[in-house]
Amino acid sequence: MLEIRNLQAKAGDKLILRGIDLTVRAGEVHALMGPNGSGKSTLAQVLAGRELYEVVGGEVLFEGRNLLELSPEERAREGIFLAFQYPVEIPGVSNLYFLRAALNAVRKHRGLEELDVMDFAGLVRERLRLLGMNEALLERSVNEGFSGGEKKRNEILQMAVLAPRLAILDETDSGLDIDALKAVAAGINAMRSPERAMILVTHYQRLLEYVAPDFVHVMAEGRIVRSGGKELALELERQGYAWLEEEAAPAQAG
Amino acid sequence: MSAAAVSSPAGQESWLALFHAHEPRLAAAAPWWLHGLRRSALSRFAQLGLPTTRWEEWKYTNLAPLARTAFQLAEPVPQPPARGPAFLEGAQVTAAHGRPLEPLPGIPGVTLMSLAAAWREAPELVRGHLGRYAAFERHSLVALNTAFLEDGLLVRVADGAAVQQPIVVVHQVAPAGRTPVTHPRTLILAGRNAQARIFEAWTGPDGEIYFTNAVTEICAEEGAVLEYTRLELEGDQAFHFSGLYARLGRAANLTAHSAALGGALVRSEVGAVLAGEGASCALNGLYLASGRQHIDNYTTIEHAEPHATSVELYKGILDGQAQAVFHGRIIVRPAAQKTDAVQRNRNLLLSEEAVVNTKPQLEIYADDVRCTHGATVGQVDADAVFYLRSRGIAHREARRLLTLAFAGEMTERLSSERVRVFLEEQLLRRLEAAQGG
Repeated sequence: MLEIRNLQAKAGDKLILRGIDLTVRAGEVHALMGPNGSGKSTLAQVLAGRELYEVVGGEVLFEGRNLLELSPEERAREGIFLAFQYPVEIPGVSNLYFLRAALNAVRKHRGLEELDVMDFAGLVRERLRLLGMNEALLERSVNEGFSGGEKKRNEILQMAVLAPRLAILDETDSGLDIDALKAVAAGINAMRSPERAMILVTHYQRLLEYVAPDFVHVMAEGRIVRSGGKELALELERQGYAWLEEEAAPAQAG
Repeated sequence: MSAAAVSSPAGQESWLALFHAHEPRLAAAAPWWLHGLRRSALSRFAQLGLPTTRWEEWKYTNLAPLARTAFQLAEPVPQPPARGPAFLEGAQVTAAHGRPLEPLPGIPGVTLMSLAAAWREAPELVRGHLGRYAAFERHSLVALNTAFLEDGLLVRVADGAAVQQPIVVVHQVAPAGRTPVTHPRTLILAGRNAQARIFEAWTGPDGEIYFTNAVTEICAEEGAVLEYTRLELEGDQAFHFSGLYARLGRAANLTAHSAALGGALVRSEVGAVLAGEGASCALNGLYLASGRQHIDNYTTIEHAEPHATSVELYKGILDGQAQAVFHGRIIVRPAAQKTDAVQRNRNLLLSEEAVVNTKPQLEIYADDVRCTHGATVGQVDADAVFYLRSRGIAHREARRLLTLAFAGEMTERLSSERVRVFLEEQLLRRLEAAQGG
């Protein structure tokens, strides 16, 4: 589904991604871990098409197509979804309107009929129940005045409504209390399917207690330096990230 | 008088000549006290001249193009020159060249009269109010309006009347290439505990140079509740000045919405004096400027008595090489303890060349008050645009949605759904024109 080969990207003059290789197949859940500043969030944003970053090398294929030549909205319509680490507040745009506009943009692209207000309200309510979310959040402006937990749940709600093929969740677990974390994890698990792939970007192992990944990758200084099964996450939990510095340095020289 | 004489620096000679040319006719048709008011206003104008950018209140708005143009007094027209805006519902008065056209609608609890009829037939209604709230001593354009006061509209809402039907005044001009000036005047008197909604719209054709110099006065007695909505929809070559000056008595409440969309050079003023204990006002403004439009909003809220509250929100959306000015003054007099005043001005720039000058100003002479103010100027939030795009919403649509949402904070305060829809449509049309070009 997703094929990343030797991806390099800059923010301004600073090279942040220094050659990422990653293959994600349908049905798989990959955890992308690593210390702050290792480039995990940058990778997530580059895949979603953030223009702050300039791709200077390598390629990304999504379902066999060159992802990098698509605009952010085209990527979303093709089935890529990024749950933001810091969801943006949009005063004056109701959450319900936003969700429907987004879903209809995606449906139109796929040749499906756009949903009217009534049909859409039914669909959203069902997804809300799934996430244990309060219906009142739909009437409010997008993320405006939401608590940290509400914002993250709102991201998961958007994912549940848009039903992407590849979901990239950027630190969706950070800053959550245990109840919110469980709700978010339940939402993620409910979305797992043989047709859908997920990349969970996370700093901690906490989320992975509730969502078992098929693969764990560790990033450091813009590269994936270790890959393994879910036991790798446990190892990181015990050892922390300090050992990476010894490993990353020679890797960089080589 | 030749056009050349108009370009003198302070620009008043041509106006004085215009007055003297018309004075015999003006004097013949008015009671002595009214003509005396005109003459006082004219001599004040002769002292002041037209505003220049050396005046603090006019620092960012240059009236030189106005001073250079030779205007003629607009002649009366018997019929409405154009169809009024279809979206306005209510008891409609068409004022052509500042003169209300008969027959005026009959509304229970409301006296609607032309000012010319009122000062002949019911001078007791007019004489104590006209010129009392719009102070020409300090304002040369108000002085000019008062000097050329020939007609206008009186709206009087009886004590205790709760008028359901909105009162709609639509000003129209038919310039016919003659660069006319009109001096529309409206006097709104709301009796004790009266309640009414009033809309006043200024319209005119594109491609014609004309000058609207309008003054509206409001006197709201104790407990009166008024909603006043001003829609500036002038033609694209128009000079437009409109000043709304209101005095609010004890516990009176005024909500004034002000939308400025049209015109080439526009100055829109609101002056509210909270003259009774517990009076309150809300001033909402939205200005949409594109191309080379210049739109200036100048507001003054004077808290004269204790426990009065004012809330002000003005928002501007600018495109092209448009310029906008917001200058908002809040004055709290020594007696006005427990004043609560909030003032905000926010501007959204859609192009690199658009310019905003914003100047919120608090002048506080009482010590137990709560006053806050703030101003922002910014572009469409890039993070929000990316967020929307990352959900499949097209770039254009994302910008459109965010711009509408920005305006929405003001338009949602309008009580008229149809005016809100009209303003949103106007905004969308401009966005499409800007993006298509």
